[in-house]
Formats: sequence, structure tokens, C-alpha cells
Amino acid sequence: MPSLKDLKNRIESVKSTRKITKAMQMVAAAKLRRAQEAAEQARPYTERFNAVMAGLAASAGGSEGPKLLSGTGSDQTHLIVVMTSERGLCGGFNSTIVRAAKAKIQKLLDSGKTVKILTVGKKGREQLRRDYGKLFIEHVDMSEVKRVGYANARDVAKEILTRYEAGEFDVATIFYNTFESVISQVPTEVQIIPAKFETEGDGAATFYEYEPSEEEILTELLPRGVATQIFAALLENGASEQGARMSAMDNATRNAGEMIDKLTIEFNRSRQAVITNELIEIISGAEAL
Amino acid sequence: MADTIQFDLVSPERMLASMEANEVQIPGAEGDMTAMADHMPLITTLRPGVVRATGGGETKEFVVSGGFAEVTASTVSVLAEQAVPRAEVTQEFLENLRQQAEAAHAEATDDNRDATAKAVADLAELAAQMV
Repeated sequence: MPSLKDLKNRIESVKSTRKITKAMQMVAAAKLRRAQEAAEQARPYTERFNAVMAGLAASAGGSEGPKLLSGTGSDQTHLIVVMTSERGLCGGFNSTIVRAAKAKIQKLLDSGKTVKILTVGKKGREQLRRDYGKLFIEHVDMSEVKRVGYANARDVAKEILTRYEAGEFDVATIFYNTFESVISQVPTEVQIIPAKFETEGDGAATFYEYEPSEEEILTELLPRGVATQIFAALLENGASEQGARMSAMDNATRNAGEMIDKLTIEFNRSRQAVITNELIEIISGAEAL
Repeated sequence: MADTIQFDLVSPERMLASMEANEVQIPGAEGDMTAMADHMPLITTLRPGVVRATGGGETKEFVVSGGFAEVTASTVSVLAEQAVPRAEVTQEFLENLRQQAEAAHAEATDDNRDATAKAVADLAELAAQMV
């Protein structure tokens, strides 16, 4: 049985752990609000962009369109972009993305495809290294980035596009977490190359005049589309990470509280036992006289 | 006939403006244009320049670094790559853009050398306007 002093030390240490997790939870809550705002503000751009692209893609359809839209005509080599966080202590956030990515990678490998992996964020890289380390082609380090901006997304997109131009892969898919609520983040996979746009079913699209020509606009906008999608994914991921961390730290704080209660009860019991013991000794000593 | 159009200016990071405007001047890739109500539907790419929206007696100006604009009879949506209100434009911002454009020009292939050279020239012109 642990001594009184041991128990007291343990209570103290759990108490300071609780303080830390509580602080982390509050920081995550503040960051979450900011991340959600950023995601919200980016939404009008993404929505409009996709609407315009859908119209363009539909009218430019056919196989002779730009390579980014029509693909290379093969689906032999896949690029898997795994977006995770730079820091841990955020519950199952990274594991769920990695699990989804692993399932996809395994499926592709089993059907005889070549897989290349690009990681964004070091947590996912660490988790994937053991099984698929030799498939890594590139890693984008985001640990220096305080606030995700469009420029970051553009850099990632540029990295991917240069490789696509060089014919290093045929299909690119990104993995990230979509933010649903603080307690629920859904791992999502989106194919970014060749680009897919959801066409709205109203059919009666407006006929636009294009300046310069339709093809030129499309060739200019498609790379931007990749960046836009990556940017949206980064923002969603950022909000999800903070949400996941917040609920993980909330749980940790609660568990620490429970542990303190339990230890305190144990501490009091053993304190009483010690007192009782002492009394018994005194009484039996007195009786012996 | 409505004589105002809905003008929206969005960048990937935020929405900069959303207002009723009488006319909107856009730095189109093939020349400036002014869109008013009942304009023909049009999609154009932008060169670096100034977007100027006039409505309700006031004029708002924004510097954009590129992007594209969608014009319909009742709306003008400018989707800029980067955009800042003209009053907040700094030397640093322009300098940054210039460096990016020049870097792109330096590594340009024969296919797009003209386009990148134009971007550099457009930026120089824009910088001259800002002074």
C-alpha cells in the first residue's frame, strides 16, 4: 500500500496535468473559432469558383480538353496526398486520416497499381512510415506556418502540378478531415487530378462570352482549381484538428478530475487508518499499565 | 430595368466587398472594361490591376493580382487570387508580387514566356499607377 506521502505526490501531479490539459482545451477552443472563421470566409470563393468551373468543364467537355481535366488516359500511378497535423494530442484526428489513406493505398497496391505518397504535416508521415515508407516522394512541412494562407496551398499545389506535368503520376487524391462538429470529424477523400466538378442539374446554363478563349481560361483556371481545393482542405483540416484537440483535452481534463477524486478518497481512508492505528496503540498501551 | 448590379469581390481568404454598384471597372486580360447593368454574360481572366466599383455615390478601389471575373446581366463577381483595398496597398505588397512574377518569368518555358513577360509588364504599370 502506498504511503501517505506517495498518495499526496500523485494527487499533486495529476492536478498539474489537469491544469495543462485544461489550458490546452481553452487554447484549442480559441483557435477553433479562428479556424472556423477562416473556413467560413473562404467558402464564397470556393463555391463560386466551382460553379464557374463546372460550367466551363461542361461546355469544354470531351476528351481533347486540357490534361488536368481529362486525365492522362491511364490510371496506373496514383499520388496519395495525406494531410495531417503537425502536433499530436488531438485524439483520433491523425489516425482516422491515416487509416482511410492506408485502406486506399492497400486497395490500389492489391490491384497492381503504383502508389506514390506525398505527406503534409509530420504526424501522418510518422504513422505511414513503417508500412509505406518507401513510397514517400515528398513531404511538405507546415510546422513553421502559424496561420494557413492561400500561399501555402499554392505551394503544395505547385509541388503536385510540377510532378503531374513531368508525368510522375496519373491520378491524385487528397485525404483530410472534414469538420462536422467538435465531436465529429469525417475523413474525406477527394480526387483532385483529373479534376471533377459537380455539375448542377439545372441544365439551362448561361452562355458566356469568354475572354480570352475558353481553352485559355480553362488552362489558366485548372491549376488554380487544384490550389483552391487544397486550400479548402487545409482549412477544413485546421478546424478539425482544433476541434479534435478540444474534445480530446476536455476528456483528459475530466478523467484527471475523476482520478483526483479517487486518489483523494484513498488518501483520506489511509489517513484515517493511520490515526485509528495510533489510537489503538495508545489505548492498548494504557491498558497494559 | 434595374440600373444597379450586385458586385462581389472575393479572394480565397476572405470576402472583400459585396455591394450594389452602378458600374464596375475590371482589368481584363485583354483590356480594361466597365460592366454596367444588363451586360452580356462574360467570363474573363484578370491581369494585375485595379478593380473600381462605383455605387451609391461612392467609389471603392481594390488592387488585384490576377484571377478571373464573371459578369452576368445583374451580377459582377470578381474572384481574385490576391486582393487588397487600394488604401492598404504597400510597397512591400507590390514588391512581393513583382518578385513572384519575375521568378515565374525566369523559369518560363517557350510556351508561356509571352504570358509571364506580360505579367511583369502589367505589374510595373500597376506600380507606376500606385505612386
